[in-house]
This record gives sequence, C-alpha cells and structure tokens, in this order.
Amino acid sequence: MKRILTGAGLLAMLATGAIAANTSITIGDQLEPPHLDPTAGAAGAIDNVVYANIYEGLTRFASDGSVIAGLAESWEISEDGLGYTFNLHSGVKYHDGSDMTASDVVWSLNRARAEDSTNAQKGLFASIENVEALDDTTVVVTLSAPNGNFLFNMAWGDAVVLNEGDDVEALKTAPNGTGAFAFNNWVQGDSITLSRNEAYWGTPAILENVTIKYISDPTAAFAAVMAGDVDAFPTFPAPENLPQFDADPRFNVIVGSTEGETILSTNNKMPPFDNVKVREALAHAIDRNAIIDGAMFGYGIPISTHFAPHNPAYMDQSERSQYDPDLARQLLAEAGFADGFTTTLKLPPPSYARRGGEIIAAQLREVGIETEVTNLEWGQWLEEVFRGKDFGLTIVSHTEPMDIGIYANPDYYFQYDSEAFRTAYEVLNTETDPAARELGLKALQVMISSDYVNGYLFQLAKTGVANANIRGLWENAPTQASDMTAVYWAE
Amino acid sequence: MLIFTLKRLISLGLSLVAASVVIFFTIEIIPGDAARLMLGINATQDAVDALRVQLGLDQAMIARYWSWVSGLVQGDFGVSYTYRVPVAEMVQGRVWVSLPLAMYALILSTLIAFPIGIIAAANRGSWADWMVMGGTQLGVAIPNFWFAMIMVNLLAIKYRWFTAGGFPGWDDPLIAMKSLTLPAFVLALPQASILARVMRSALLDTLSEDFMRTARAKGRTRRGALVHHALRNAMIPVLTIIGLQFSFLLAGAIIIEKVFFLPGLGSMIFTAITQRDLIVVESVVMLLVFAVILVTFMVDITYALVDPRLRRRA
Repeated sequence: MKRILTGAGLLAMLATGAIAANTSITIGDQLEPPHLDPTAGAAGAIDNVVYANIYEGLTRFASDGSVIAGLAESWEISEDGLGYTFNLHSGVKYHDGSDMTASDVVWSLNRARAEDSTNAQKGLFASIENVEALDDTTVVVTLSAPNGNFLFNMAWGDAVVLNEGDDVEALKTAPNGTGAFAFNNWVQGDSITLSRNEAYWGTPAILENVTIKYISDPTAAFAAVMAGDVDAFPTFPAPENLPQFDADPRFNVIVGSTEGETILSTNNKMPPFDNVKVREALAHAIDRNAIIDGAMFGYGIPISTHFAPHNPAYMDQSERSQYDPDLARQLLAEAGFADGFTTTLKLPPPSYARRGGEIIAAQLREVGIETEVTNLEWGQWLEEVFRGKDFGLTIVSHTEPMDIGIYANPDYYFQYDSEAFRTAYEVLNTETDPAARELGLKALQVMISSDYVNGYLFQLAKTGVANANIRGLWENAPTQASDMTAVYWAE
Repeated sequence: MLIFTLKRLISLGLSLVAASVVIFFTIEIIPGDAARLMLGINATQDAVDALRVQLGLDQAMIARYWSWVSGLVQGDFGVSYTYRVPVAEMVQGRVWVSLPLAMYALILSTLIAFPIGIIAAANRGSWADWMVMGGTQLGVAIPNFWFAMIMVNLLAIKYRWFTAGGFPGWDDPLIAMKSLTLPAFVLALPQASILARVMRSALLDTLSEDFMRTARAKGRTRRGALVHHALRNAMIPVLTIIGLQFSFLLAGAIIIEKVFFLPGLGSMIFTAITQRDLIVVESVVMLLVFAVILVTFMVDITYALVDPRLRRRA
C-alpha cells in the first residue's frame, strides 16, 4: 500500500511540476541570511528575501530608486516640516490573519528607536520625537527637526512595520508580514520558500511559489544556472561567466546599477595620507577603467565622488581626478615623497576588492607607492580595519543608499574630520525643499572630492542572469532586495 | 576485555576534556566581533553594544567557557549568535546530510576497494594488478574538487542526469539519495584508491606468512586460503584506514559540500567561522571530535575482536 501511495505521490508531483512551470520560480543567492528579521540585522541577505515580498513599510523603493507609497496610501507634511501625517491603507492583514493598524506602526517605530534597539540603521529613526496613532488608519510622526530624508528613510528594509505583540525572537525564523508573499519554509543551509499571499491588500503576486536557493561558491552557481537548477540568479557572483550566458539564447543577462560606491578607502589620520597632496596623488595614480575592465570584466561605472551616478543629484567630479601618473609623481614630490613610500593595502573577500587590489597595487607602484597587500576575511577586516583603524588603504563597496553622511562622522574608519562638511551636512538634513536639497548634496560631493578623502573607483554594477522567459525582475538595486511581486514567466 | 574497554573509555574521557579546552581557547582568539558582523558597517556603536549584551559577549572568557562546558555536559550546545536558534537544532538538520553522505561514500569506497584490492593481490604482477595500481595512483592524485567540477559539467550540465547540487531534504528518500550520489562518488573515489592499495599490500604481507603455507599444505585451494585465512588477518590495517576515512568524510567534506552546495556540517562550520558565530564552531567541532574519538574507540574494540592477542596485551 505504501508503495502505491508513493507512486501516486510521485505522479502528483510530476503533474504539479508540469503546471507549476508557469507559477513557480527558483532563484539563487550567494549568502544565506542569518535570520529573517530586517529590523535586527544589516545582512543584505535578509532584505533579499523579505523586502517588498514579505514585509512592507510606510513607504518603499521602486526599482528605479524612487520612493513610492507603501502601507501608507498618502501623507501630509506640516508647514514647519516637523509633522508627518500618514494615512494607512485599510483592510491590510498580516499573514497570520491579524489586522495591520496604526498601533502596529507606532509600536514598530518606537521599537526601532528605543534605547536597547539593535536596529542596524538606528540613525534612520534618530530625528523622530514622537509617534502617535490618531485612529486605526492615521499615524502622526513628529520630528525634532525637519528631515528632508524622512520619507526615504521610512522606505528602508530596516523600517518595515511588524505586528505589535509578535514574539520578535520567533519572527527571526518565521516572519509575519503584510506583503504579497508569505513565508513558507526554510531548509537551513539550502533554501527558503515563499508562497503567494492570497489575502494581499494590493496587486497580488503573479507567481505562486518562490524558492530562494543558497549557493555560495561562484563555480557551483554557474553550474546550477547552466543545469537549470535555478531559474535566475539576480546578483550573479562571477562576472567572468556573464559573456557566456549572454551568448546563450536560453539566458538573459541583466545589467543594472546598485547603490554600492566602491572606494579605495584611505586612512586620513595615518601619515602620509593626512597630507591632502598625497591623497590627491592617489586619485591621479589610479586608472579606473583599467580596474573596471580587469577586476569587474567591464561592468561598473567610474565615479569621482561618494555618490551614485544614476542619482539626479550626482555631481561629476572626474576633472579633478583624471588618470595622470606624471601628475601623481609630481604631487608626491611636492609632498616630500619624491622617492615614494610604503603603506598597507588590506583587502576584504569580495572579488572587486581582491582583484581590484592587485591592479591598484600595480598602478600605485608605477608612481612609487609600494603596498603590502594583505587578504582579510570579513571578521578580521571589521576588527582590524573598521574598528581598529589599523590600515593605510583598503577597498570596500559602501552599499547603503545615500550614505554620504558617513563623512560627517570623524570616528568613522577612514577618519575624515572636516568641520565644514559636518556643518553643511547638518544644514542639509533640516532642508526639505527638493531643489535646495539637490544643491546641498552637490556641495557635499564637491567637498569630499576636492579634499580627496578616498580614492573613488566605480559604482558596483548589479549583474544578474535569468532564464530568457522570465519577466519583471529588478534591473537595478536601489536597496538590497529581490522583489518578486511582479515577476512572471512569459509563454 | 572489560579492562581493555575501561582503559579505552578513560582515555576517551580525557581526550574530550583536553579537546574542549583547546577548541574553546583557540577559537575565541580569532579576531572579529559577531555583533558588528551582524549589524554591518553603517550601524551605530550603541546598537552593536546592545547586541553584544544580548548575546552575552560582554562576559569574561573563562565565564563563557564554563557555561559552555557545563551546558555541553547536560547536552546543551548553546544558542547560535547569528541565527538565535539552539545549535543542537541547527546540527540536527545538517547531520542528516553529512552522516548519510559519509556512510554512502564509505560504502561506495568499500564496495570499489575490496574487490579490486583482492584481485590485485591475488594476481600480483599480472596486467590486472598493474591496472589497479595505476588506476588507484590516479585516483589518489586527482584533486577531488576538480573531479567534482568535471562530474558536474558532464553529468549535470551536459546530460542532466543529476542536479548540479543542493539537497532537497528527506521527504522523498529516492530524490535525496540521488542528490547525494554524485558527491558521495566523488568523495569515495580517492578513499577507495587508498583503501584498495592498503588492502592489496596487507593481503600480500599475510600471503607470505608461514600459516598461509600451512593452510595450502593442508589442502586449501589458493582462493580458499585467501578468503578464509588471509583476508581476516589483513583486516587490521584496512579497518584502521576505514575508521580514519569515516572521520575524514564526516568532518572533511567541506570542499565537496561547497562545490555541490550541500547543507552539511562542513559548510556550516565554514559559514559560522566567517560570521564569527563562535559558539556554533566550538560546539560543532567538539561534536566532531567526539564522533572521531568514538569511531577510534570502536575501531580499537573491533581490533580486539579481530585479534584476540590485543585483548591480553592491553
């Protein structure tokens, strides 16, 4: 009897497999998240699962990076820029069936900004003074000072609205959100499965099931895509394989932009980098295009300041940091280093850093700067470089959107200490007029690029590969996310 | 036999205590902070500090060692810093990949090694012997991650007989076994090569013993003498190797687990190290040490069963 049942089960599986071809998708990702609570960890892997799929906030990012309405259908901002009144969608339910109301918003925001909060982006909530529910669908947030970024901040995965009273420890392995997909299953080390939320308040998802499979090794990722084990790999880890996928009619290569400014971080307090002339020499010694071609196989856009080139407020500063080794040598001589000097170059694991590091080391040698290259893994890097500030140079991609504010913190690992920048940044934060904000952002970019704080290399590209019949995947990555709500199979 | 077993048990206990000290203190000195790794480079220091307190990372090292060991004794492996679930729970899922994989590979390896080792020894110097010796030389020399990639390219990408990797769970045992077949085969091949060579030389050694001539003299056929007298006497070195190989397969399949993206113990330790989830590393390594010591213990007991002289000597 048991054998017959197994046979029937197999038949059923085959049958659903045939239909499911159009309603299920398996996507690959490199890093498995540690848990699934985006409000208690920075791992991008968490948002790659839950953002827009399971959890939603008051506002959200669209794929082009703009901020659009989320759980709040509309909002009014008071004259003084301090009061935000959010009108929530009504009839929104959590996956466990309970109603999402204004008190959930109040609870979530208060939890994120509480004293003992472990929210990785606590700064997003710093300007909030009070959160209050007027009725079930109206929330009033009062700020202590005007904050032009507030709606943007509320779109982050760290600002999603949880269900008041849920056991937050339990949410880590069984999230309960309001999104178009509900959490289904997690085989730790292997995959996470989401199923369509049939009671979704907005436009329902087209797919019924989404499986996210974790494959950390780039070679294995290549094999899994080629063998059809995964239908798409939204952020494919090995750019060297992309031309092969591109030439294959079964696949589409999707190239977009991310918020990742990849920089040659420079320890501004460590001699000789405390001399702006030396930092200027660095900027002229690096050939960005050679790095993009050599380390990223041509994927990436050169940058000259800490800002995403696709952002309307981007200010091109490339004139200031043209590749010119002669000028670099001359600047070094002026700074008193005619014979060059030796420094450290500490590289974290991603391939942009390891491969880019080799190329940069060669380029710096051309102008007389010798580097001792050390490869570190993330734990060591955070300890030595980020916390210990024991480095001359390092390469890292800063992937958070709109993160120019890190330059206002003199204790941040590259230790840029500029009173002028801090003042300008504070002024910008209280500015809510979009035109004035754009001007302010441009001024900040000019400041850091004329101070040559870091060597600005390139904007990290988002390079993905997908089955040629899949539609609706995000092209860009304005935040870490794999939004599957609009993905479908073309016939 | 009782005294022999008791002595072995005591040495097992002492090894475990020594291992716990070495494991804990060597792993704790790895630089890096689990809390900062979890929250990333944009997090404020007070959020990181709050998390450190939550995780108990603010306590002294000795205090943490003591609570870890006293937990272990009571069967409590601690709670993962990163995943916030009990380590025992995480291990459970992984053991059901690693253990079957190791068993599967060991069975395959034995099935391949025994016949060809015996054939080579029985036909010493013949073409069959040369084939076995050459083939096993190759089997030992080929790096197994490379061999794994070749197998994936051929059998998963070109012919699509197998998936390129992954493990779908035990819901359907047939599919589960199928997904373990390729990794088990890749793991088994070098082990089988070693085992076949050991089998061959151990058999050759016993074949030249006096008692073998006696067995032949009293009328045993060549094959009869080989099967009834030589094989059992050649088992001691073979058992030693099998014991070592099982320990290796259980703990050392990290690279193969990476190539086939299997959620086994090896890849779990690897990830835990990069995440500075030290409690997981410590508990799982301790568990593996326990498994290895246990296997060694069982092999010791098996020796005594195979060779009665060892019982008296001990």
